[in-house]
Amino acid sequence: MTSHHLISNAQTGASAARPAPVAASGLVHWARHNLFDGIHNTIFTLLCCALLIATVPDLFRWAIWDAAWTSANGADACKATTGACWAVVQEKYRLMLFGTYPYEQHWRGALVVLILGGMSIVSGFRIFWTKWLLVAWGGAWVAIFVLQLGGVFGLVSTPTHLWGGLPLTLLIFFGTVIGGLPVAILLALGRQSNLPIIKALCIGFVEMVRGVPLVTVLFMAALIFPLFVPESMTPDKFVRALIGMLMFFAAYAADIFRGGLQAIPRGQYEAAEALGLPYWQKTTRIILPQTLRIVLPALMNDIIRAFKNTTFIAIIGLFDILGATKSALEDPIWVSYGTEAYLFVIALYFVVCFSMSKYSVSLERDLNKGNVR
Amino acid sequence: MTYSNAKTTDESLPRRKPPKTQGLSLNGFWHDQRFRNFVAQAIVIAVVIGFFVYIIGNAQRALSDQGIKTGFGFLMDSAGFAIGESLIPFSASDSFLRAYGVGILNTLKVSFAAIILASIIGVLLGVARLSRNVMLNRFASIYVEVFRNTPQLLQIVFWYMLAVQLPGPKQAFSFGDIAFLSNRGLVLPGPGEGSGFGFALIGLVIAAAGVVFWRRHLEKRLRQTGKKINGLPLSIAIMVIVPAVIWTVFGSPSQIEVPALRGFNIRGGLQLSPEFLALFLGLSLYIAAFIAEIVRAGIASVNKGQIEAATAMGIKNADVLWRVVLPQAMRVIVPPTTAQYVSLLKNSSLGVMIGYPELFNLNNTILTASGNTVEAIIIMMAIYLSLTTTIAVIMNWYNRSVQLKER
Repeated sequence: MTSHHLISNAQTGASAARPAPVAASGLVHWARHNLFDGIHNTIFTLLCCALLIATVPDLFRWAIWDAAWTSANGADACKATTGACWAVVQEKYRLMLFGTYPYEQHWRGALVVLILGGMSIVSGFRIFWTKWLLVAWGGAWVAIFVLQLGGVFGLVSTPTHLWGGLPLTLLIFFGTVIGGLPVAILLALGRQSNLPIIKALCIGFVEMVRGVPLVTVLFMAALIFPLFVPESMTPDKFVRALIGMLMFFAAYAADIFRGGLQAIPRGQYEAAEALGLPYWQKTTRIILPQTLRIVLPALMNDIIRAFKNTTFIAIIGLFDILGATKSALEDPIWVSYGTEAYLFVIALYFVVCFSMSKYSVSLERDLNKGNVR
Repeated sequence: MTYSNAKTTDESLPRRKPPKTQGLSLNGFWHDQRFRNFVAQAIVIAVVIGFFVYIIGNAQRALSDQGIKTGFGFLMDSAGFAIGESLIPFSASDSFLRAYGVGILNTLKVSFAAIILASIIGVLLGVARLSRNVMLNRFASIYVEVFRNTPQLLQIVFWYMLAVQLPGPKQAFSFGDIAFLSNRGLVLPGPGEGSGFGFALIGLVIAAAGVVFWRRHLEKRLRQTGKKINGLPLSIAIMVIVPAVIWTVFGSPSQIEVPALRGFNIRGGLQLSPEFLALFLGLSLYIAAFIAEIVRAGIASVNKGQIEAATAMGIKNADVLWRVVLPQAMRVIVPPTTAQYVSLLKNSSLGVMIGYPELFNLNNTILTASGNTVEAIIIMMAIYLSLTTTIAVIMNWYNRSVQLKER
């Protein structure tokens, strides 16, 4: 039919003007193609629009238009409006971000946050992945401990029980991950070991910790452990909480590493043994580098979870950013504006976790470049 | 070597000594791998045992100094505290054992309800994430990103903040005058105390078993004869009629209570406390985001060719979904979902932050009231381990039924 037309057209050389083709681009075409193709899609689109119309104006009015932004006159502005009371954040942000840390020393906590944040961002770029990065991290940690603990260079001494807020959250997080990864690797290797007792202990530990809630592990480490050992031998509460977090993280990460170790082809082990490499050389030079590459995406998920889990230390009475916010809201003037204060903290966590998860996706794509056909 | 050996078949050569047996020789025994392994393990086990002996010895001494009797006998003593909400009657004179029962039931109640809501929302979101409708798709992905990337504990605390800031019972939000939402929680019409509701629940279980049986029969018939019968109307009928009949016979249907404002509070019906609501929402909305991702990945994992082939064979759209896509997607979906359910149950312990009396929270109270710290912790850990294992076993059993049958 078509070909007949074409031929006849070519022969006669004249034909009626054809209508312009339906636009394959532009807003209308896009909307028709993505939002209104078929009865179902149209209904869904209309429902979504209805939802937007029902919520967005009210939300905008509450969060922005009617909101009280300043705490210059205490909570008066908040009492006068039906909107959000962001003034609570302005009033309490120092307490929320730094907890029980001495007020005049907050700049030290802020510096610690800046160093950790800055170093983390720098470490995200692969061009910086050299040995100098490790050196820089070493220097950063020295600076962080000096700033956070004080007692030297004329800084006021601030022992761990005064730590609070964002610096505490970040230190627990970094401590958990940096301390937990080696433990996790050892547990995973132990699980693969042919020494029956070590294997059994590793399996027992990992399965035991994975079978109970993190809160119970923290509770044991922070509140029950001191009952069982003489006071002189009890590490302080920060360290105990850190150990609890670290053990929990390690048990989960160990399972990820186990998967990675199992994914390494048998031939790699055998080749290393055929070369006569002793166990630790075989493990650190041949097996682990390959494992790390395989487990990185799953590990990033666990690391993000570890960051979210730092809030759990508020339950055992540490003043991390959640604990500090909770205590800041005990002020009777501001007690009824908790929603806004918690939204602020939630937003803070969201920014960090969301960036980490986006980074993890890009890293995974980067590492897989060699495998993409 | 072999070459020269082959040539000289000289009998007069001195016979070589048999190779040394690989026993534990005293000479340089520390080079022997087996000896090293033995020593390493002996040291590890000595350290572990030493640690526990030391810890437990210390604990015993500390407790006997305080005059606390060790052992599990305390479970029968009367608890001496009251519990805010409970599925079974509990008063201060009841035993610690019963308090554990209350804790387990409260944990199960909130976890079970949250698992159901999380699954429903998760599946809907997962399907929405695959929709070609950009708006729906974007909504779902915003939900997933927001709930996945913020701490669960903060979400729970946030919901609790909202729940307690609701207006009081007198100004409660009313839903058609049968359900009320106030700062005392949500009140739904439901069975009053002591009604035959338990029987209806049993009826529901029987009905569910009946439906499964009826479905199996239909499936078998379809395989054998090719005749297809729509089993849905009868299934629904069974699910409604059986519990209703059992309820009417054993219980009393007149005991459904519609809540009403009396005095300063709303009374009657099914009362859900603000603590329960906050924990329920916090647990389910968070896990729903993870389930959504699992469902999306599961459905996306089904080869496009499968759908095209099914369509080419003229199979109806609904059947393509139910008989081609979902059976294959379930194989990918079930194992990670199990892990999420287990995680949900474990995180119900976060109820301690807002004062919901679940197992962990109650265990703290029990531990303080009785002084039997070690025993209480052992009991709690054992309960959590068995609960998580139970979920894992049930889900693994289900997983086996959806896995590829290779014959």
